[in-house]
Amino acid sequence: MMAVDHLPVLQVVGPLIAAPICSLLRARNLAWFFTLLVSIGAFLCSIYLLNTVLETGPISYAIGGWAAPLGIEYRVDASNGFVLLIISGISSVVLPFAKRSFELEVPENQHSLLYTAYILCLTGLLGITATADAFNVFVFLEVSSLSTYVLVAAGAKQDRRALTAAYNYLILGTIGATFFVIGVGLLYMATGTLNMADLAARVGPIGGSRTLDVGFAFIVIGLALKLALFPLHNWLPNAYTYAPSAVTAFLAATATKAAVYLLLRFCFTIFGSGSGFLAPMVGLVCMPLALAGMFAGSLAAIYQYNLKRMLAYSSVAQIGYMVLGISFLSITGLMATTLHLFNHALMKGALFMALGCVFFRVRSVNINDLSGIARQMPWTMAAFVISGLSLIGVPLTVGFISKWYLISAALEQEAWVLIALILASSLLAVIYIWRVIEVAYLKDPIPGRTVTEAPLSMLLPTWALVIANIYFGVDASLTTRVARMAAEGLVGMAQ
Amino acid sequence: MRHHLILRVVSKLLIPFILLYALYVQFHGDFGPGGGFQAGVIFAAAFVLYALIFGVQAARKAFPDSWLAILIPLGVLIFAGTGIASLLLGGTFLDYDVLASTPTGGQHLGILVVEFGVGVTVTAVMIAIFFAYAGRTHEIQDDDW
Repeated sequence: MMAVDHLPVLQVVGPLIAAPICSLLRARNLAWFFTLLVSIGAFLCSIYLLNTVLETGPISYAIGGWAAPLGIEYRVDASNGFVLLIISGISSVVLPFAKRSFELEVPENQHSLLYTAYILCLTGLLGITATADAFNVFVFLEVSSLSTYVLVAAGAKQDRRALTAAYNYLILGTIGATFFVIGVGLLYMATGTLNMADLAARVGPIGGSRTLDVGFAFIVIGLALKLALFPLHNWLPNAYTYAPSAVTAFLAATATKAAVYLLLRFCFTIFGSGSGFLAPMVGLVCMPLALAGMFAGSLAAIYQYNLKRMLAYSSVAQIGYMVLGISFLSITGLMATTLHLFNHALMKGALFMALGCVFFRVRSVNINDLSGIARQMPWTMAAFVISGLSLIGVPLTVGFISKWYLISAALEQEAWVLIALILASSLLAVIYIWRVIEVAYLKDPIPGRTVTEAPLSMLLPTWALVIANIYFGVDASLTTRVARMAAEGLVGMAQ
Repeated sequence: MRHHLILRVVSKLLIPFILLYALYVQFHGDFGPGGGFQAGVIFAAAFVLYALIFGVQAARKAFPDSWLAILIPLGVLIFAGTGIASLLLGGTFLDYDVLASTPTGGQHLGILVVEFGVGVTVTAVMIAIFFAYAGRTHEIQDDDW
């Protein structure tokens, strides 16, 4: 076999091996540099994989030489190749930013272990995405979750509430993972297989089995907890608020995305055919909850004083858009979801990193401490404004592309009420972004406080994402092509 | 525990056999019931017993924290390294067939090494968890909340 044939597994195993090595590196700069190298390696690997998938179709890899239904298969197609790219790309952009941010926010003796947890989280998220084995998904879900709890708790130096936030997340995340594994167990009981393609083939003929329906319900609810679908989002605001800035940027842009991808996989690849349970589950449960999340999240965001918490609630709303895209059960709807996975990663990553820059200088992200900050940190706030516009969905930004496809999907089904609701919830985003702009640009700076622009090592990664927000907003041909292939792949496998 | 003569004598007698039994469960795991997880827990149980009878300080001297920090990642590296070795020898990741001259021999060798890696990490993690709880001080003050 050629070396490149091993890339589907090296994508995951590379970081997995790097994590224990990183824990042995005591010097924090070395650990940081090593983590950055690993992340960039994973990023290059995912670019190559996605490129190959787009040219020659899905890649399958049999671990241990055991062929697909028996052994664990890693399978990269357009949909998970795209998610691999998002996760490893965001990780590579956040890491240069993370160095200075961690130096301020995390005690020095914890750095190498923190980077180890970061690599493990990356491993878990990549593993969830790359594997085609339902139980292997659970294993990597736990790898990523356990390391996420550690990453969130690392914010304890700034605020001890990070510990309770992490503990709360641990309890709820464990419940979510347990529901997921119970669901997988029921699927295994009904079908006798764990391989996703094999599951899809066997679920169809069984048809309306109660075991399968219950298993599907368990999986959807477990994943809904993991992806913070309203009203199961309770862990998210505190976890995002009290985690270190760089961790929040990484998690907000990647962790929920991997869970949304899993929901797509289970809903369409596995349960797309056969089970008549999909349409009512999605139509009667997911769509109302997505709509409720869009409004509850945005409304809650308007009333927050802590801006990290505001963006966390905004994430709950944005997850609503992704699940809404799924609940249309159409190619355009799936494209909207897939595009929003990518686009939301870009905008939320940039927004949280801009807030990280603010925190680095001001030591607070409370809106009352930020009056006139735009005069002292013009570049940081400009980044915040542009990615905020993207969040709202202004043309020439990626947010517009997501909203466009979401509304197109609603138009196809002539769901006028949904279109009105999507536009209305976008207006709520205008309100909470405008609050920040008003305070930062129109109020006078706090007298006697001298704050300078954030260091370049933090500004450059932030602006890299801001430019990506504009670039993929102006020229969305690449992302829409991948999203279309992903959507057709997900539905196609179901037929 | 200084005055519990019987406990001290009996545990001193038992600990070597517990360690030996752990090694049996570890290395006989590919022929009978057993393997790295079980062996690791049994091996660690010997140290837990030692700590219960002779105190955590003595156990920490017998098994220093610096070893833990090295052994935990080392076991994972042994496991994953086996996978990489089989990959370099021309198979897929964790394909033990290529590790020895015959596929059967390769499977034997592969599972033995991989389970050893599991055993190392499980032992060290179990001891680390025990030390972390046993050595815990009341560091959270009321005014921290």
